[in-house]
Amino acid sequence: MSLLSEAWAWLAVEGRWSGPAGIPARTAQHLAVTGVAVLLGAVVAVPAGILVGHARRGAGWVAALMGGARAVPSLGLLTLFGLWLGIGVEAPLLTLAVLAVPSLLAGVYSGFLAIDEAIPQAARAVGLSPGQVVVLVELPLALPVIVGGLRAATLQVVATATLAAYTSDYGLGRYLFAGLKTRDYAQMLAGSLIVIALALALELLLAALQRAARRVADPAHTSDPSGRRPSRKDHP
Amino acid sequence: MNHPHLLIPLALSAALGLAACGGGDPLASPSATDAPASSAPAASADPIVIGSQDYYSNEIVAEIYAQALEAEGYEVERQFRIGQREAYLPEIEAGSIDLFPEYSGPLLQYWQGETDARLTDDVYTELQEAVPEGLRVLAQSDATDQDSYVVTREFADEWGLEKVSDLEKVTTPLTLGANSEAETRPNGPRGLMDKYGIEVGFTPIEDGGGPLTVKALKDGDIQLAIIYTADPSIATNDLVSLEDDGGLFLASHLVPVASEDVDDNAAAIIDAVSEAMAPEELVELNARSVEEQAPAADIARDWLEQEDMA
Amino acid sequence: MTWLTGNWPQVLELLVGHLVLTVPAVGLSVLLALPLGRLAWRLPRVGGPLLAAATLLYAVPALPLLIVIPVLIGTPLRSSATMIAALTVYGVALLVRSVVDGFGAVDRGVRDAAVAVGHSPTGMLWRVDLPLALPVILAGVRVVTVSTVGLVTIGALIGVPSLGSLLTDGFQRGIVAEVVTGVVVTVALALILDAALVLAGKALTPWAARRARGPVVVSR
Repeated sequence: MSLLSEAWAWLAVEGRWSGPAGIPARTAQHLAVTGVAVLLGAVVAVPAGILVGHARRGAGWVAALMGGARAVPSLGLLTLFGLWLGIGVEAPLLTLAVLAVPSLLAGVYSGFLAIDEAIPQAARAVGLSPGQVVVLVELPLALPVIVGGLRAATLQVVATATLAAYTSDYGLGRYLFAGLKTRDYAQMLAGSLIVIALALALELLLAALQRAARRVADPAHTSDPSGRRPSRKDHP
Repeated sequence: MNHPHLLIPLALSAALGLAACGGGDPLASPSATDAPASSAPAASADPIVIGSQDYYSNEIVAEIYAQALEAEGYEVERQFRIGQREAYLPEIEAGSIDLFPEYSGPLLQYWQGETDARLTDDVYTELQEAVPEGLRVLAQSDATDQDSYVVTREFADEWGLEKVSDLEKVTTPLTLGANSEAETRPNGPRGLMDKYGIEVGFTPIEDGGGPLTVKALKDGDIQLAIIYTADPSIATNDLVSLEDDGGLFLASHLVPVASEDVDDNAAAIIDAVSEAMAPEELVELNARSVEEQAPAADIARDWLEQEDMA
Repeated sequence: MTWLTGNWPQVLELLVGHLVLTVPAVGLSVLLALPLGRLAWRLPRVGGPLLAAATLLYAVPALPLLIVIPVLIGTPLRSSATMIAALTVYGVALLVRSVVDGFGAVDRGVRDAAVAVGHSPTGMLWRVDLPLALPVILAGVRVVTVSTVGLVTIGALIGVPSLGSLLTDGFQRGIVAEVVTGVVVTVALALILDAALVLAGKALTPWAARRARGPVVVSR
């Protein structure tokens, strides 16, 4: 475990925690890249998910997209975008946005589908317009599952954002690549630990957000506390 | 060549037996700890393990070594595209890689640190002394591939740049783009400061002076890049390689590093390869890789046939 | 296309290398996740923390994990063992939940009936629980397989050859066709393995043919 103490020593070096290449700056970059990428992904995924979910059609299409997208190597997309857009933050942002889309889309879509079909029908029956049904009825009810999708997407993106340093000088991945190329194990390990800590912190934050969303959608706590859709098999 | 059927049980047993071998050196080579001797093919001698850098040009040379040895009946094992010098040299020093195409100048700097040697023969003489025990460098080739500072033709004309020292004349901030290891090596911003008194910023670009680096130069994201002299993209992109008038870069000839497992006969085969390779030959080999997109094995085979060594 | 015509033997070789990393990783994940998931299902007090830990484990980024694993278990960084171990960590983290869900989905009435007709605890596992949980577990295995195929490419960054080598090599040489080939062949391999699992699932659970469902997993 001497490597761990070396990594610790690397972290403790004076000057590591300040300046434009310091850990706080890199962490801020990493979070910014993650946030913007998820936002970009959401711009595409949320309207698409609402369209598909509200219409309650296209299940096969979304499943196929999820399956295929899971296997697309982000490294490949990143190199393609990099060769096209050059160095700078654009190529990683685009790659990470693409990575975020399937989880976000599936979150919105499954959230809508999980709502009992009778509820939007009833809302229409009392005279709500389709837009009002979406905004006032379906979105709030779907919120926990949507936040679940956001959670999955954010984690994938914050983890994969380490790759950004492959084509640009952004984020915590810089420590990993610099360490990898020169076999500076302490630096690699220290960088890894920061990324892992960041990912875990985000996971805990988003899990709390999901619990809050569940309280919003279901103030009476009537549904399954795990937040997963009750399976039909649960009924006798 | 490869033996995937051997790898499957090997990988499985390695993965299952992980807990048993904690505390090992993670930097040790896989072949040193992973592969029991029994997994070697049933030949009289162990195969010669040939490594290469994570750099397509180096892989071509390694492939030439491999095919030249195979043509003479040697069994070889290819462990190509390992990484940069700091990654593979410990594996060579540990004896798990037997033969590796290297470059005399940077290799000397790795083993020796600071040195005054700059010229071809001085560098080679010092290198022979600097080699750690159990290793040797074979004869160096006339072929060279060395770092150079490169700017666009436009930028060179704008500021009247021919030599590295001319960079003094540039009044706008300069940013150097190169692989991230250059940040700490003598060929990077430190060397520019020490030898020329020129201050530059640094942007890591991890493609070894490849297309992304060239694009960054053209886009103006960086003004200065380290690109190897044997890289055909210098000519195709009309870049200007600045003359190293302050002697920052050491002469850098292709030179094989060999372990004791490379016997004299095998060494003679590799020496013949080095001898046959002309000074500018690497540029042509690299051009076939980048422009014709030919695989390393084909480029190596064609070259050996052309030199009557196949 | 010109690049592919000249380089397909290399693509094939890397494809084999890719499989040699993927298959043991998925296999090990299943072998480890089954007993862990069974345990978590039977003892909810263990299961809760176990599932939480699995979720956290899955949050660990791939490149850092590849670098941390050698420190923890002593494998060399540049080795297939490190790669397989990392892939197995993700596989287990994803699969444990599927296994718990799978056992949880077995109808209580069916289990009661099986006990009533005299199945031993071991018999219950092999003849009742596992076969009935199989569709849900298989859906998890499909997700793990597909994402493992994609993850293997990262190995190219630490010098472990796979289809990912096409991505890094094509990047260095500026050959877009090589990078595209790497992406397309990786996705194709994932879809083929996925289809193979669907077929295997149909063969193993002929009774479930009418209830097949896709592996849509929203939240991990």
